[in-house]
Amino acid sequence: MAERDGDGSMTRRNKVVADFDAAVAGIPDGATIAFGGFAQPGVPFNLIAALGRQGAKRLTCIANTTGGAHKPRMPDIGMLVENGQVAKVVCSFTAATRASDMLPFTPYYERGEVEAEIVPQGTLAERLRAAGAGIPAFYTPTAVGTELAEGRETRVINGREVLLEYALPVDVALLRAHQADEAGNLRFRRSQRNFAPLMAMAAKTVIVEVEEPILPAGAIDPDDVHTPGILVQRLVAIPPPPHGIWPVRREVPAR
Amino acid sequence: MSWTRMQMAERLAREFEDGWIVNLGVGMPTLIADVPLGDREVVFHSENGVIGYGPVTPPGQEDLHLVNAGGQNVTLLPGAAIVHHADSFALIRGGRMDVTVMGAYEAAANGDFANWKVKGAKGGGIGGAMDLAASAKRVFLMLEHRTRDGSPRLLPRCTLPITARGVVTLVATDLGLFAPTGEGFAVRDLAPGVTLDEVRAATACPVTE
Repeated sequence: MAERDGDGSMTRRNKVVADFDAAVAGIPDGATIAFGGFAQPGVPFNLIAALGRQGAKRLTCIANTTGGAHKPRMPDIGMLVENGQVAKVVCSFTAATRASDMLPFTPYYERGEVEAEIVPQGTLAERLRAAGAGIPAFYTPTAVGTELAEGRETRVINGREVLLEYALPVDVALLRAHQADEAGNLRFRRSQRNFAPLMAMAAKTVIVEVEEPILPAGAIDPDDVHTPGILVQRLVAIPPPPHGIWPVRREVPAR
Repeated sequence: MSWTRMQMAERLAREFEDGWIVNLGVGMPTLIADVPLGDREVVFHSENGVIGYGPVTPPGQEDLHLVNAGGQNVTLLPGAAIVHHADSFALIRGGRMDVTVMGAYEAAANGDFANWKVKGAKGGGIGGAMDLAASAKRVFLMLEHRTRDGSPRLLPRCTLPITARGVVTLVATDLGLFAPTGEGFAVRDLAPGVTLDEVRAATACPVTE
């Protein structure tokens, strides 16, 4: 896999790849992969589908969720689990919040076919941020006094009990952005940003599916860049449907 | 008589003060974004980094790049801003939320509550609940007073794994508005036609006026 650019050049490396299969080529068995997205915005639907075709196994998958119980179902980590590619997930949801809903992932977890580490969402974000920022661990008040803190190190700092959490480094981040330039600079739109900048910082290799045609370097004003191109190795433009997968309106469940 | 979910949302929204930053959780609390607040201005924050969103978008006009915590397509109000997840939770952990409103399975007299794992389940759904519960200035809950089989959800202590210890400020149910006292719950308001005896019969710990 490509390493981070280190020579200071902005466009000499051609980061644009031809298709989604080329984008996920070489992701090895046993890789730790972070997937952007919160609900639909920012989920790299096309790269997930390509990873399913690519077939890497024993993956550790980091994401907010393995995929919801919503209809229609879009490519999600649950599909990689169904495909026998996943050893472990690290998520803030391993079951649905409404007891009447069932995540596609949950039965596999209940049967012990896949491991899961459930992490509060803000702790998940901060563990990724810490990994990208060279901070090995931190203390947080989140989850103190709960089942998640049982048997783990806490300290009292400034009169408040806080829990030790470790950084969460990533091999590969799969992301979806609205715009990218050839230097790899990324701009997200609306709530598509969510975890993506943190995952890009935490990862050794960053692969991005991009909604708009990839722009020449400099076309995104430096002030508007959300994730700098030095972090990004591969870009692939999403073709229009049906070749590219785009968000769709969810069916609203009856309450 | 009892309150509808919308009436529960309206009652909790009456507690909001002008200038508050308000985080709304998944489920029932999302109704609060539709409650008119008169001359009070509050800013709604969603855990996915959206600051200053408005009501759910009418069908056909959705921006599929923009959702609230519950994954609903929402609108942005003038002055809105968007940050990434670490900054969004820095706002939460940093104490900027004047209140978080969440759904729950159980609320306890000691201020604990449970909203992430049901009985017998191996998995759960935490989302941002533990971060919000630990660090918001106030925690308001919205839940039905009893389960579908009639068991009380307001208890001396939680029976389910808790989300946070001793943080609940107010609990709105279909029967009224309550505050945990340590020993039980104090009535702050009753839904029209609901009596104190009715609340006591539906609650597993002392209820005081």
